[in-house]
Amino acid sequence: MCGIVGLFAKSPEVEEHLGAHLGAMLVQMSSRGPDSAGVAVYRDAAPSGWSKLTLYSPNPHEHWGAVMDGLRDAFGGCDEPSIRASHAVLVVEADAAGAEGWVRSNRPDLRVMSAGEVIEIYKETGLPEEFAAAFQLEDFKGTHALGHTRMATESRVTTEGSHPFSTGLDLCLVHNGSLSNHNRLRENLRREGIEFQTENDTEVAAGYLAWRLREGATLQQALEGCLTDLDGFYTFAVGTADGFAVLRDPIACKPAVLAETGDWVAMSSEWRSIAVLPGAASARAWEPEPGVVYAWEKSRV
Amino acid sequence: MAVVASETAELEVVDLSTTSVRELNQRLHHLAGGAPGPRGFRILNPSGAHALACGLDAEIDVEIEGHVGYYCAGMNKLATVRVHGNASTGIAENLMSGRVVVEGNVSQSAGATGRGGLLVVRGDASSRCGISMKGIDIVVGGSVGHMSAFMAQTGCLVVCGDAGDALGDSIYEARLYIRGSVAGLGADCIEKEMREEHVTQVAGLLEASGIDADASDFRRYGSARQLYNFKIDNAGAY
Repeated sequence: MCGIVGLFAKSPEVEEHLGAHLGAMLVQMSSRGPDSAGVAVYRDAAPSGWSKLTLYSPNPHEHWGAVMDGLRDAFGGCDEPSIRASHAVLVVEADAAGAEGWVRSNRPDLRVMSAGEVIEIYKETGLPEEFAAAFQLEDFKGTHALGHTRMATESRVTTEGSHPFSTGLDLCLVHNGSLSNHNRLRENLRREGIEFQTENDTEVAAGYLAWRLREGATLQQALEGCLTDLDGFYTFAVGTADGFAVLRDPIACKPAVLAETGDWVAMSSEWRSIAVLPGAASARAWEPEPGVVYAWEKSRV
Repeated sequence: MAVVASETAELEVVDLSTTSVRELNQRLHHLAGGAPGPRGFRILNPSGAHALACGLDAEIDVEIEGHVGYYCAGMNKLATVRVHGNASTGIAENLMSGRVVVEGNVSQSAGATGRGGLLVVRGDASSRCGISMKGIDIVVGGSVGHMSAFMAQTGCLVVCGDAGDALGDSIYEARLYIRGSVAGLGADCIEKEMREEHVTQVAGLLEASGIDADASDFRRYGSARQLYNFKIDNAGAY
């Protein structure tokens, strides 16, 4: 199983309450994924020339100020860390790859959950309701967000094995299903220079997308490539800096429903999550076709 | 049991924003065998909840006002369940008798393994509609997705729109009537002659469903009967 949700704001009101809506959607998917929960939120773009990292520490008493000081020494600028439970967001005066590289080299005990200009990823083991409270999802304002509730099937229940997965700047993936050719594909992608942090199948799919995008494919092309190169069951929701996309495998065993109003576009594994959104009763709702990419993008200001 | 309003003694309104699915289903189950109680129910705020109005065994009418989740009206006997919205996976699964009507669209495996009764979908049905049907009749006003009527045994699937890929794969003796295009036929499924008796059968099902369509526009598909009996010529493949 697993539950996935996505919300794309089309109005300022929904942007203002994005996190509260996302949290409500996520809690509805508890029965599909009680093992762990996670979200990717796209919000508060870093200033030009700066980038944003979301870091996770297994140490509950992590001294995030020391990380900030280290980044300041290396790059000049780093804002005060924004701490939520076991995660912290740091906005750094460096490009994302440089900042991420510094953390990997200097603080290998920390895990880079996301890197980019707008993305923030938070994920943790436990029930979605506890996750939403611990990470104060109701505070988040933003343009779009994805969420996942996990029922683990092929790798351990850990923070690192939770979704969303990010293996590219501002890119993330959530997945309902299981892939059967991920071990071979992971080795192939490693030879292409894509780095993996877990043995999880979904991380391989995220890595595959990152590799295709790096090689010049559009998001549409990269997702269509999944139809031939990935073997297994999947409903994917993919987040980028500008929007999100949904793809189901051609057999389409894994559920998905899409709905749209004048104020939002939402996807979920089940209608229950969408029913909690304002105006859901009159939303246009439909089941995405197998093997068809659905994408929404926000025009950047 | 939170009864919001009783419009008449024969109609009970149940609001699922204040009543649990379990309470609702127990209330409906208690009417089995002709037990006294209302013969009509109106269910409000289903909000995609699973297993609504499952396992009914009474001649009652249940109107559900909104979208429902998985396995709505599963295993139904005698009752009429009408969904004024869309239905998720497995609507009317293993229907025994009675009638289930969905005014919107339905997700995969609609009417799966159904043994009798009538399922009417006014919108579209997605993949695996009528999978392993065993006597149910299904009438779809729109189109059906891939692998519909997979291993279908008996009963009729009437589709006013188009059918997706691999229609009737490994079919036994069910009859498939499709008005629109068929993306592809599954193993051992072939087009068959549409004789007068078949036009009459389709007309009867359309009328029972309240769907206005000309029965003579439909084409019939069924089993070539080459797959489901042991054939000595295929011995090497087993």
